[in-house]
Amino acid sequence: MSEPIQTDVVIIGAGPAGLFAVFELGLLDLKAHLIDILDRPGGQCTELYPEKPIYDIPALPVVTGQDLVDRLLEQIKPFKPTFHHGEQAAGLTKLPDGRWKLTTNSGKELIAPVIVIAAGAGSFVPKRPPIPGIEAYEGTSVHYAVRKMDAFAGKNVLIAGGGDSALDWTLNLAPIAKSLTLVHHRDGFRAQTHSVNQMRELVAAGKVNFHVASVKALHGQNGQLAAVTLAGHDKKEWQIDAEAFLPFFGLTIKLGPIAEFGIGLHENLIPVDTAKFESEQPGIFGIGDIITYPGKLKLILSSFHEAALMAQAAFHICRPGEKLRFQYTTSSSNLQKKLGVS
Amino acid sequence: MKIYATDREGKEIEIEGREGWTIMEMLRDAGLPVAAECGGACACATCQVYVEDGWYEKLTPAADMEVDMLDMALAVQPNSRLSCQLVCSEELDGIKVTLAPE
Repeated sequence: MSEPIQTDVVIIGAGPAGLFAVFELGLLDLKAHLIDILDRPGGQCTELYPEKPIYDIPALPVVTGQDLVDRLLEQIKPFKPTFHHGEQAAGLTKLPDGRWKLTTNSGKELIAPVIVIAAGAGSFVPKRPPIPGIEAYEGTSVHYAVRKMDAFAGKNVLIAGGGDSALDWTLNLAPIAKSLTLVHHRDGFRAQTHSVNQMRELVAAGKVNFHVASVKALHGQNGQLAAVTLAGHDKKEWQIDAEAFLPFFGLTIKLGPIAEFGIGLHENLIPVDTAKFESEQPGIFGIGDIITYPGKLKLILSSFHEAALMAQAAFHICRPGEKLRFQYTTSSSNLQKKLGVS
Repeated sequence: MKIYATDREGKEIEIEGREGWTIMEMLRDAGLPVAAECGGACACATCQVYVEDGWYEKLTPAADMEVDMLDMALAVQPNSRLSCQLVCSEELDGIKVTLAPE
């Protein structure tokens, strides 16, 4: 395993709160690493509503989710944050020297005196269909992503969903699968029209089976799927052979391992004080939608304020004994140098 | 106006409706576990409800955006709607909805 990464601050979550925290920390010469389970920065802004307008960001009368994130990325560029995408914060332990060691789900280790949890409502994970016992098949026969296409060669494959992932994998796996069945709740799809047309051609040619139906039950043993029961809207049920099931319903947010971090969660939120935005564990801070305090509002703008105050407190932990000089970006040549503008 | 909501355990509760609020907001205000992750932007499909027959037909039909978004919802039925797109009004007095599974 590679050496642990040592830095000033590890931020969990690369949404707007986490990104702006990089800026506030950077002004104080504190280096940050960000961890995010998604494959790109932006959190909910880019995952849920990249094209939707936001009207309550101060001084930006209207900005889309994606544009806000792009602007934040531009703003924090001078501070050269390190992003660890596709990684989930899995464990947090206190080291004898008082610093924290954060371990990700891939085994990466990051050591820092300050951890900032800016995780919003938690981690984006695939939506799991409410089919009894589905957990037992996950990883062996039920997959929420395709890593190796070969794994589906010669199998009876069932795909559920009506978006781009469902249609793309229907088109890609149909030629190598023994059989491919697509089920969706309607005979209409939000996926790209050309993918839908191609799928319909395969159905007409007898190479893909399509049913307006839902998956009712899974049958198999020891995690190995053998067949599934489908149900139509008329409640009629029937069974088909399936050794692999790929449900594609996008992502949902689950709190995830943060629940085990021992930070006194209250209704899945981290209670913090409003002077430092520190949790009950010294050195672990929280900002944005994941925290609670009297009067808390889940607004992006609130997270910016929270990030600024957190950074001041984080400085004293990262640079004990050093005097914090409060300066304005407008007038301080020192800050302007850090920003690369003077 | 009243809304009757059945939770995932099958318990029905009566909610005092507020004109102009969405059903999603009313359900959450009543403490029901509706995720509504995107906060009502019709962007996440986690506020799905089943609308009781008779009431479903009275609703303004789903816009294309909602129909598209329902493709990402789980366990969709012919009477599924996203509750963030249903606005309370006098015409909906007495509407009955059931929370879809998570």
